[in-house]
Amino acid sequence: MKKTAILAVCNHEGILATILRLLAGNEQWEPVGAADLTQATDLLSERHFDIVLLGSGMDEQDNEVLKKQVPHVPVIEHYGGGSGLLFGEIYQALGRSSG
Amino acid sequence: MENKIIHRADSRGNADLGWLKSKHTFSFANYYNPDRMNFGALRVLNDDTVSGGRGFGDHPHDNMEIISIPLEGDLVHKDSMGNEAVIKAGEIQVMSAGTGIYHSEYNKNQGESVKFLQIWLYPNQRNVKPRYDQIKINTTERNKFHQILSPNADDAGVWIYQNAWFHIGTFDGGSSTSYQLKDKNNGVYAFVLTGEVNINGENLGERDGMGIWNVESLDVKATKDARVLLMEVPMLG
Repeated sequence: MKKTAILAVCNHEGILATILRLLAGNEQWEPVGAADLTQATDLLSERHFDIVLLGSGMDEQDNEVLKKQVPHVPVIEHYGGGSGLLFGEIYQALGRSSG
Repeated sequence: MENKIIHRADSRGNADLGWLKSKHTFSFANYYNPDRMNFGALRVLNDDTVSGGRGFGDHPHDNMEIISIPLEGDLVHKDSMGNEAVIKAGEIQVMSAGTGIYHSEYNKNQGESVKFLQIWLYPNQRNVKPRYDQIKINTTERNKFHQILSPNADDAGVWIYQNAWFHIGTFDGGSSTSYQLKDKNNGVYAFVLTGEVNINGENLGERDGMGIWNVESLDVKATKDARVLLMEVPMLG
């Protein structure tokens, strides 16, 4: 089964590592990290992602750039960091009833 | 026209990790209910009980306003900004996670549980400088609401990066009061900590919650001795 590709964009190295670790806990998800907007846009031009998580350091302007580049890919602006990562946001954005 | 949504206490999501028992009003961690994602800017309302000596290890947050209200016991807080404090019932703690913060929370006491509310609100701006505050809240005067949180640093209670106001009050059975919204475009999520109340015609029991919007005021009648938390928040989009 094809995994759900999730791009986490966050310029806080430690938080990004935590987010990727938490996402990797779901076998159906394939998390990839980007440390800044440039890395994110490069990755989005290279391959498909199902969802983008907008983390620390990324602002509304960055969000607009991403939405313009991949208007069909949902961008989650707030998920709370690395504790109790709000998986619900991901499920909701993917339009699924559960993981 | 007035709108309401009622979440009965027994309809909340349940998490039991042994050392942590939590009731989630809204989707959180492994509890997912697409109809329970948020009430406006209010995203998380967790009713946590942590066993003696146990707690949450060091973990990060970003871009979220995080409020803790202890109900029983003592909670030890440490964070990456160098804050180390004990918060207890009668106090409120706030963190603006902003660009990123690490913190841990532990039950200070070995022999008794700590109970507290963990509340997350979406911030109204991203990437603010992280900040932490905790204060005592004076709620000794009964039968009225006391402001414990606002958007304004020079106002009563703690402040956050959101157009939100929290009030808490302890009421004698038979007493009544009203609450005027600070911003009529906001909604209010009422959470009954103890007892029973009637708010705008709806009977609510212990740990019941009700979101109400398109109103300018609430009529709150305590049908039994009660303690109530009101969270006025923007309704967003």
